[in-house]
Amino acid sequence: MDTNLALVLLLAPFLGFLINVFFGKSLGKSVSGFIGTGAVVVSFAVTLLFFLQINQNGKPIQISLFDWISINNFKIDFGFLLDQLSLLWLMFVTGIGSLIHLYSINYMHDDENMHKFFAYLNLFVFFMITLVMGSNLLVMFIGWEGVGLCSYLLIGFWYKNQDYNDAAKKAFIMNRIGDLGLLVGIFIIATLFTTLDFVSLKETILGGTNSGNTVWIAAAALALFIGACGKSAQIPLYTWLPDAMAGPTPVSALIHAATMVTAGIFMITRLNFLFDLAPSVQNIIAIIGGATALLAATIGLVQNDIKKVLAYSTVSQLGLMFLALGLGAYEIAVFHVITHAFFKACLFLGSGSVIHALHGEQDMRKMGGLRKAMPVTFITMLISSLAISGVFPLSGFWSKDEILMTAFHHNLPLYIVGSIASIMTAFYMFRLMYLTFFKEFRGTEEQKHHLHESPALITFPLIVLAILATIGGLISLPGNSWLNQYLAPLFAEKAGEAHHLGTTEYMLMAVALIGAFVGIGWAYVKYIKQSELPEEDSKITGFSKVLYNKYYVDEVYEAIFVKPINALSRFFRDYIERALSSFVFGFGKAATEISYQGKKLQSGNVGFYLFAFVLGICGMITYLFLAQ
Amino acid sequence: MSVVLIIFCVLSAVTLGSAFLTIFTKNPIHSAIYLVICFFSIAGHYLLFNAQFLAIVHVIVYSGAIMILFLFTVMLMNLNKEDEVHKPRIQRWAAGIFFVLMCVVLMLIFRQSKPIVGPYDTTGEDYQSIKVLGKVLLNEYMVPFEFASVLLLTAMIGTVLLSKKEKK
Amino acid sequence: MDNVLNQIGIENYIFLSVILFSIGVFGVLYRRNAIIVFMSIEIMLNAVNLLFVAFSTYHQDASGQVFVFFSMAVAAAEVAVGLAILVSIFRNLGSIDIDNLKNLKG
Repeated sequence: MDTNLALVLLLAPFLGFLINVFFGKSLGKSVSGFIGTGAVVVSFAVTLLFFLQINQNGKPIQISLFDWISINNFKIDFGFLLDQLSLLWLMFVTGIGSLIHLYSINYMHDDENMHKFFAYLNLFVFFMITLVMGSNLLVMFIGWEGVGLCSYLLIGFWYKNQDYNDAAKKAFIMNRIGDLGLLVGIFIIATLFTTLDFVSLKETILGGTNSGNTVWIAAAALALFIGACGKSAQIPLYTWLPDAMAGPTPVSALIHAATMVTAGIFMITRLNFLFDLAPSVQNIIAIIGGATALLAATIGLVQNDIKKVLAYSTVSQLGLMFLALGLGAYEIAVFHVITHAFFKACLFLGSGSVIHALHGEQDMRKMGGLRKAMPVTFITMLISSLAISGVFPLSGFWSKDEILMTAFHHNLPLYIVGSIASIMTAFYMFRLMYLTFFKEFRGTEEQKHHLHESPALITFPLIVLAILATIGGLISLPGNSWLNQYLAPLFAEKAGEAHHLGTTEYMLMAVALIGAFVGIGWAYVKYIKQSELPEEDSKITGFSKVLYNKYYVDEVYEAIFVKPINALSRFFRDYIERALSSFVFGFGKAATEISYQGKKLQSGNVGFYLFAFVLGICGMITYLFLAQ
Repeated sequence: MSVVLIIFCVLSAVTLGSAFLTIFTKNPIHSAIYLVICFFSIAGHYLLFNAQFLAIVHVIVYSGAIMILFLFTVMLMNLNKEDEVHKPRIQRWAAGIFFVLMCVVLMLIFRQSKPIVGPYDTTGEDYQSIKVLGKVLLNEYMVPFEFASVLLLTAMIGTVLLSKKEKK
Repeated sequence: MDNVLNQIGIENYIFLSVILFSIGVFGVLYRRNAIIVFMSIEIMLNAVNLLFVAFSTYHQDASGQVFVFFSMAVAAAEVAVGLAILVSIFRNLGSIDIDNLKNLKG
């Protein structure tokens, strides 16, 4: 029974994909949209069933479909593991996924390839479910690659624009570089433990039978972290995420805010027992997480494209999550993943609503004063911005605070880095709000006349997500955390980890709140009081220019990696390819030459033929009579 | 040195010489004459073998019929003084080499097959008389004999057809 | 009747025949005039006939001479047809130089 339900969960989106691929065009736009949405809703319903069941009895469900690879004593089966972590992830993946599908029905209505869009979205949800539900590293890897593929397909959805195609390629290639790290990690684990199954790995490692292998375990952990960097956009593999904004906004919301980019965090949380054995790697994770958070926040301060601001904000928040992971606070990272999914998805969908109303305008310098024309969008985005800035009592406050508290107790420099990043987050989020919704409208008259609130299918998901962003903090209040209790079976016993609410903690909470208000206030002063406007691209100078150009990281990568590889392929094309071609063609040329020379025998000259006769006769006679 | 041997040598010299001259003279009429001499000398060889009938038939068929045909054709084509261009030098040298090659190869064959040089037996029967020849021809080789007649008929028809003038 | 070969010996006849045949071959390869080529072919045929008769005496068998009969018949037929072809060629091409017969070039 459980197996069948789990298969329904897994295959409903795949079925939606197949229907939309083969029949989508003939079914019409609305029908294909609803089929796509319905598939994900079915998955969500099954997930809810399992979730309630596991919340009650706390027993994970292990399903094995068939023996996949079996060599000597190395067995991998194709199976699924429905435990607390995977069901939690599935809840918000399918839940937010359903909302975004619903949103896309209206958002993509004008596009002629809408059925293809829903097909790809369903395929993505299918692969994400595979990733999350996999019972061993290899099934997870299938899902890992699959979501990378769907990300590529969806970023380059409007394929007629070559820039979008380049962005899609960049995303996929950087993902692949990370995947190499993941594969190396999988190989090392397979060699060390001869199993890739999560349950078996946990038993083996916690049973303490591997003390001599610390170097290799650290190597495996580092390699796995590199894979997570590629997927979750940490330094140095983060530059694809801002470029990925070339895809339609629902794609940005689903893949690059709520689900795919959290896959790295999911993997590390899944293998927390492995990472606990490699404290050096955990340090590296924390440092990179903190550095990414700060770097992305600084870039986000000066961006003018509304989606790019949100993209850098995502990278920054992911950095905070890795910071938590690096400090060993896995439950807190998961908490932040969930709250971030709520408010970031809401922000992206809201920005999509704005872009839709302005018929594709994404530059904030051409927006303004939209709060009267689009009240629902304004209010939901305001709530989400407050949440991301960490304002009490919204969800973001609780999760971000936990991270900062953990950092304070373990590693003071990282606490400072995190706090600065949070203050910057508040600043640029409200810069976005003020530029978009306040003051006067700076666009064309044409756009001004067509300004109106988006229809229900768009605003309904916004409202749901805003509500979740508000109350989301309730799942893990300090001192009484349902989430920590729920996830406890997954993690090793850590004495005294729960944060007692003492004076230090209250102080820290107050500091964080003050920091948030400083950020909001500064943005208010700059953009409302002083009515400053960001300048035209050509007039940006000095350090702002460096920030605006993303510290020229893309250019550096281009010079270090892209140009040499292009030169190498040119070398191969010009020399080695040519040599090989002439060698192969040489065979044909040799045959032609031989036949050309042989043709001369048929000269038609009777005298020559007579010579040939005599020679032949002599040869034959010699052979017949003399050579015996 | 018996008389027969001397006669043989003389006849051989005439045969070879006239054959050689057939090839080397420029005038085709002279070639034809030399060839006739060659045929007559071969008929002489046949007589040495006591094959009288064969010798006479040889003279009649070859010198009497075939050479006449040749002469007619030469005169038809009006090849007077020889205006024939020689073959390229290298081909002429190659012809000489092939001549030597052919000699060598054939000699080697005969040498290898080693004919028994011993006493040559003689049956008492005069196997070369017309009577015996006729009997052999018409008893054992009847079928080829008949076919030969068909062959000659075909050749005749073919020749007439080939040399008809095309009607314009 | 003594076998004439007792006095001459068969090897001499073999030599004679071989050299005559080779002269015929030489003639075929040496000259450009088609008629001379034909004559050389006749020389070759005659060399062979001579050898047949020699061996017929050697084996004291009449079959050799009978074969010579047939060979002569065939030679006559061949000359007739060959000369007819030659005349056709002469009518079409104006000369009987065998180096002009190049239509089979390919």
